[in-house]
Amino acid sequence: MSKALNSLVERVRAAREARTPLAIRGAGTKSFYGGAVTGETLDVRELSGISSYEPSELVLTARAGTPLADIEAALAERGQWLPFEPPHFPDPERPGLRGGTIGGAVAAGLSGPSRSSVGSLRDFVLGATLLNGQAEVLSFGGQVMKNVAGYDVSRVLPGSLGILGVICEVSLKVLPLPPASATLRFDCSEAEAIERLQAWGGQPLPIQASAWWQGALVVRLAGAMAAVQAAVHKMGGEGIDPVLAQRFWNGMRDQTDEFFAESRRALADGAALWRLGVPAGTEPLQLVGEQLIEWGGAQRWWVTREPAQRVRERASRAGGHATLYRAKDKAQQLGAGGSVFAPLTPALDRIHRELKKAFDPVGVFNPGRFYPGL
Amino acid sequence: MNAPVPRDALAAAASSAGVGPAVAEFPDPGPAERRSRQAEVVTALSAVLPTSLLLWQEEDTIPYECDGLTAYRERPLVVALPETEEQVRAVLKVCHRLRVPVVARGAGTGLSGGAMPHRMGVTLSLARFNRILQIDRRSRSARVQCGVRNLAISEAASPHGLYYAPDPSSQIACTIGGNVAENSGGVHCLKYGLTLHNVLRVRGFTMEGELVEFGSEALDAPGLDLLPLVVGSEGMLAVVTEVTVRLVPKPQLARCIMASFPSVQAAGEAVAQVIAEGIIPAGLEMMDRPMTAAVEDFVHAGYDLKAAAILLCESDGTAEEVEEEVRRMTEVLSGCGASRLEVSRDEAQRLRFWSGRKNAFPASGRISPDYMCMDSTIPRKRLADILTAIGEMENRHGLRCVNVFHAGDGNLHPLILFDANRPGELERAEAFGAEILETSVRLGGTVTGEHGVGIEKIRSMCVQFSPEEREQMAALKRAFDPAGLLNPGKVIPTLHRCAEYGQMHVKKGLLPFAELPRF
Repeated sequence: MSKALNSLVERVRAAREARTPLAIRGAGTKSFYGGAVTGETLDVRELSGISSYEPSELVLTARAGTPLADIEAALAERGQWLPFEPPHFPDPERPGLRGGTIGGAVAAGLSGPSRSSVGSLRDFVLGATLLNGQAEVLSFGGQVMKNVAGYDVSRVLPGSLGILGVICEVSLKVLPLPPASATLRFDCSEAEAIERLQAWGGQPLPIQASAWWQGALVVRLAGAMAAVQAAVHKMGGEGIDPVLAQRFWNGMRDQTDEFFAESRRALADGAALWRLGVPAGTEPLQLVGEQLIEWGGAQRWWVTREPAQRVRERASRAGGHATLYRAKDKAQQLGAGGSVFAPLTPALDRIHRELKKAFDPVGVFNPGRFYPGL
Repeated sequence: MNAPVPRDALAAAASSAGVGPAVAEFPDPGPAERRSRQAEVVTALSAVLPTSLLLWQEEDTIPYECDGLTAYRERPLVVALPETEEQVRAVLKVCHRLRVPVVARGAGTGLSGGAMPHRMGVTLSLARFNRILQIDRRSRSARVQCGVRNLAISEAASPHGLYYAPDPSSQIACTIGGNVAENSGGVHCLKYGLTLHNVLRVRGFTMEGELVEFGSEALDAPGLDLLPLVVGSEGMLAVVTEVTVRLVPKPQLARCIMASFPSVQAAGEAVAQVIAEGIIPAGLEMMDRPMTAAVEDFVHAGYDLKAAAILLCESDGTAEEVEEEVRRMTEVLSGCGASRLEVSRDEAQRLRFWSGRKNAFPASGRISPDYMCMDSTIPRKRLADILTAIGEMENRHGLRCVNVFHAGDGNLHPLILFDANRPGELERAEAFGAEILETSVRLGGTVTGEHGVGIEKIRSMCVQFSPEEREQMAALKRAFDPAGLLNPGKVIPTLHRCAEYGQMHVKKGLLPFAELPRF
């Protein structure tokens, strides 16, 4: 066992015995996400470095504290990438720079613009090593594409916000960068944009990402050169210069685009930023505020002053759910007993509590970060 | 494996295979007490189901005694054939109250004994849940009952230009519920993913009879993402009654390259090279010469019988895309020493290329009285190593083995040929199979890529997972099913049985990356 891992195991063992909660931390770039956490900081950045990378296997294994940027650079050198495009947020320790670790990316489970076409971060997890609440180091999954031996614990970690244990190492499926891409822009209303995206989705077009805001629908195509060219010809619209397009999609991925920049001002003024996950074809939602639509219609960002209950009700009526993503005072937005993530059905709530107990019996990890009491 | 084994032999095999908990928690009380328990369960179930939906006479329950792994057989106490979700809920509530094990079953095509009945349990056949509830062209999804056949979904979606991508070889018969239980793959999953990647939402019941939904028709759902646990859980966490799957546009065109190689090493190298060039083929399959000979004799597809190995490499997409990709694939394959290359001219020829691959199992049945199909996965670059190792094992165990692979995924299906009527051959075949699995784990792989653990590979789980990892899985199961009634005795071996299996099988002892922690 490496020294870094050993010291984490010791910390967890001590915390379990003393029943002291721990707040797991990587680069600390996503501390805004989820509920307020209590506990002593457990920094995992000592656990760092790419353990193995085999381009012809399409598999990369890295320790949790490895900076995302290091991984992306190693992949880019071999013409590959993380297709789920994890967002990069400002690094609290290096003003002006963006950071994040691979462990943090997995724990948050956030995926970028191409999620609706290539899959989510979870879809690219092949295996993980987890330090559970009993201070045991466990490996699940592996470094191969197909693996159905036992329960797929590694794939329940994405988005678990650390409540099941400390992610120590992950193996990810990676993909070759698409040989060609192009970005098109269309002027249309929200309802038209949703309709067009559904119609295109039913055709064999290489649509990789989409974004609609204030009457402009921007679509990224990616794939074989011939397929991209044929689609550009077929779909029409206005072509966007590749350099500008790259900047735009990076802004979508990192949530720095104008919509998000403006949302910060509204947040300071008491509004909230909500992330709604809904079936892609859901008709325009009746809320008051500013909206950005991604993922072919399946991800809708709202900056609004509407009460939490109304936002949640709109989302669930459409068959989706709403997360209070950012707010100056989340507790105030949610009211007493409210949770940042949409409430669970009683059956799921029971399973969540039992699962938490199965992995972290005394409740050491990240109390409050996900749901109250978990 | 297709050789029936008498029950006594099975009981011995099962106990050595580490299915201890089933025996311990649900003791077999002997015929008289079993009959009285059966009467009790039938009476209780008759209160919630019409008796026409219950089977318990021996002659009626025989058809349920095994799944596709026919060597392991057991008669269930009762077979229940509910037709509505309300009836499923009611059966589960009764079984939970009486502490009766429940084994859910779809079409029974599974290859690892996951649906093998429990002697003191109820087999819950979901075959009557066979309705397609909705094909939504706009959202490109299908909502279907769990007993709908895999291929039936694609057939129903076809008029909309859509299909359901995962295509296990048994797709004409296997059900989507079974696919969810096993996280089934197929020949196209390198590009299109496994069942997990194509399922949006699963609806079902907990063992207590509580309705529960995992996932949603949006791209995510609040809370932990439990879909990856439920998909592939082999019926041990919940009973699934309804599934919403993602549909994808049918590719306009697919073409397949058949490439011959003078050695399996060269073919293995070509597989790695295709991927290294940044190409993700729609399918990438490999057969060795003995396998090719067996299938050629069966389907007459025109395979190259002189080649040591052949690769089937498929491209799909728009006409322009396919043309570009086939050109790149051809270059790579030639560069890796392919001795013959043939690109399918039309759909009929493409299907002929695939016919042999899809018929590998029946073709093996023609050349040997019995065969045992393995299902391990290894890193692609170790293909040549495992083939060399299997060649040595053939000599050592005195049995032949023919090989087909989902080469793009590194998923092997070695078929060990034997004759169960010859004394000792079954045991030798089992030892051969176990050695393939252990070698796969040692090469950095896994004991099952897509067929599941079930009863067949439960012992091999001891090789792949540490006692703490297995206990974590057991705790996870208890979180969903505290009473341990859903499909007991499958997937997770007990600590005790693994200890018995042998101290020499040190978990992960020979894995690469020795600097990583191993316990």
